[in-house]
Amino acid sequence: MTSQIIDLASWLLIAGGGIFCMIGALGLLRMPNFFTRMHAASLIDSLGAPMLLLGMILQSGFTLVSAKLLFIALLLFFTSPTATHALARAARARGVGPDLAEELPTATDREDK
Amino acid sequence: MFESAVIALLLALTGALVRALLGPTIFDRTQAVNSSGTLAMLLLAAIGFMNGRPDFLDIAIIYGLLNVIGTIAVLKFFQYGDLGDPGNNADDSDNETAGSAK
Amino acid sequence: MRLVSTFLVLFAFWLLLSGFFTAFLMVAGAVTALLVVLFSRRMDIADREGHPVHLAPRAVLIYWPWLTKEIIKSSWQVATVILQPGLPISPTLVRLRSTQKTDVGRTVFANSITLTPGTLTVEAGRDEFLVHALTRSGARDLASGEMDRRVSEFEREL
Repeated sequence: MTSQIIDLASWLLIAGGGIFCMIGALGLLRMPNFFTRMHAASLIDSLGAPMLLLGMILQSGFTLVSAKLLFIALLLFFTSPTATHALARAARARGVGPDLAEELPTATDREDK
Repeated sequence: MFESAVIALLLALTGALVRALLGPTIFDRTQAVNSSGTLAMLLLAAIGFMNGRPDFLDIAIIYGLLNVIGTIAVLKFFQYGDLGDPGNNADDSDNETAGSAK
Repeated sequence: MRLVSTFLVLFAFWLLLSGFFTAFLMVAGAVTALLVVLFSRRMDIADREGHPVHLAPRAVLIYWPWLTKEIIKSSWQVATVILQPGLPISPTLVRLRSTQKTDVGRTVFANSITLTPGTLTVEAGRDEFLVHALTRSGARDLASGEMDRRVSEFEREL
């Protein structure tokens, strides 16, 4: 009974991870400029990938395989923000504009708090 | 069921590759390459599970390690034109850490 | 103490990658890990900043569950934004003040911002971050300062 529940949960996680990866790729295609595309890419990195990996961990149980999968997930969690931040910083230093929706963005949110 | 995950990942990978081909700036392409690296890592893991060969996971780990280093190396190359540049000429906030590292 | 935990982590990594538990490979792994530990002691990088193991229990028990919840919540918002035909984005840049005291804390804060979809750190300064948000509401959530407060609490000394 419990094994069936674990099986069901892992399939749900794998399916959800696949769907979120596809949504992220769709966002990568649809978004209008660079900075907004990065948000779509981070959807792949921080939700799609961990969901898929967690599903596979539940499939394989307590083995070396699941330890490796856990390591991949941790690796992704620690490194993908670094790469994303490096990209954003380099793009801004090169003068790729973020195309803001409003004119004075820095004044919007600090004061009303 | 792993087949459907593989198909989903392949579709996502196609999207990332199309963005890498279209991308107007170098950063779009680098971002697309980074995403497709992540997706390829997941694809390797899923293929390994599909065929019952967990050895593929080692390759996935290597992919994950190389993905980040590759992205940062490409960025550094395009920013400074040289991979050996220490890169501490822009910001004064990290001068003291750069000085104490000597 | 910190060197011992570095050794244990490196040895666990070796075992994870090798997967064979024969005597020769175990000894080889232990020797390699010991060498790396000696090098890192000489390079002076196994300190509070390079190997912040004192934060690990609180990270696993308190901070990561909360961060996971935040990631799922904001991922859902970003996914609905992507799937809507009109693509209702309103990109915003916000300057945030960070109250962390150590560099590790600031790194955790900046990485957490980037890790949650919909917000990403563009510039990280000493006590001020420049954050790009996909929607205006996402920027407002971040400016309410809950994440900042949680990270400050998390990096506080034991």
